[in-house]
Amino acid sequence: MENSEFQPRVLAFCCHYCAYAAADLAGTMRIQYPPNVRIIRTPCTGRLETEFFLKALETGADGVLVAGCLEGGCHYTSGNLYARRRVEYIREMLAEMGFEKERLRMVNVSAAGGRLLADHVTNMVETVRKLGPNPLAHNGRKDNAKSETVNHKSEMETAS
Amino acid sequence: MIVAERKKIPELLDIVKEHKKLLVLGCGTCMTVCLAGGEREVGIISSALRIASRLQGIDLTVEELTIERQCDNVFIEQAADAVERSDAVLSLGCGAGVQAVAERYRNKPVYAGLNTTFIGILEEQGLWTEKCAACGACVLHEYGGICPVTRCAKRMLNGPCGGSREDRCEVRPDVPCAWQLIYARLKDIGQLDRLRRVAPPKNWGHSLDGGQRLVVRPDHRI
Repeated sequence: MENSEFQPRVLAFCCHYCAYAAADLAGTMRIQYPPNVRIIRTPCTGRLETEFFLKALETGADGVLVAGCLEGGCHYTSGNLYARRRVEYIREMLAEMGFEKERLRMVNVSAAGGRLLADHVTNMVETVRKLGPNPLAHNGRKDNAKSETVNHKSEMETAS
Repeated sequence: MIVAERKKIPELLDIVKEHKKLLVLGCGTCMTVCLAGGEREVGIISSALRIASRLQGIDLTVEELTIERQCDNVFIEQAADAVERSDAVLSLGCGAGVQAVAERYRNKPVYAGLNTTFIGILEEQGLWTEKCAACGACVLHEYGGICPVTRCAKRMLNGPCGGSREDRCEVRPDVPCAWQLIYARLKDIGQLDRLRRVAPPKNWGHSLDGGQRLVVRPDHRI
């Protein structure tokens, strides 16, 4: 019950060609998903460097979701496959550090997967909610979950 | 080039935990190319150390810097200010780089953040292979340019051992038999006759024997 008021902040790197379009579709379809996710559009998940994931967690993100195209469906052929390897590399490194590697996850979604993206986001937010706040953020972060949520909702509405 | 691998984060933290301000110093040459200690890896390892130290309640500030080459004093000097600001240096250079930095900054602890592994080449993206053991007396001309000292698990100069299976080494099935490669190469270049000669015992006096090796060029000494 300690975390009943805890509103996770999940950073989602979404590929322009699939997951970002799926987020748009989810908005068009009026599918609800938790507003705890902050979406960053990337040209391809293959653009993501390993240090991005570490930096996000180091600076207080409670979770990082990497959403790329379905395997075999990457616009650039194999960017999503590279991204998965990088995510796995950093997950192993997080485990070395004693940090919950479940806070970093990669999923694959097609541009038609509005519902799937919403499910992945919901699942990720719930996973992070169970894990609790990022242990690195409890000192430095000025967590104002309520206003953050409201702000984010308006962002999401604009995006969709 | 020289190839290295990063040490695990718990080991690194154990090495540096007594210090408050740490400089993670990268090298822009071999260690960048082998993806072990360049600017990117400095960022990753620094981030990892910051996360791990905070999780364990260790007070550690990490500064990042990458210089062009850690085995050359001209470049090492460029790190002087950052070294001065720090309590210790975690070098992501090769073993030579670590020692060169330590010699230049005598009043600072300098630690190795990598395990220097071998002299090799980038075989394909993300895969490096050892090619040279720096034995000090090269015999490559006898073996079609394929080094039995480095690439034969038994270091046989008069091979093959007879244990290979389907061109694979019997000691390490994941690598090709060096002697199979030597035979094929000598055949391709029409030098199979070289295999008729029996190689005498190798003089290992030029290798890791008698301490640190030196190369002196009197004509270039000032």
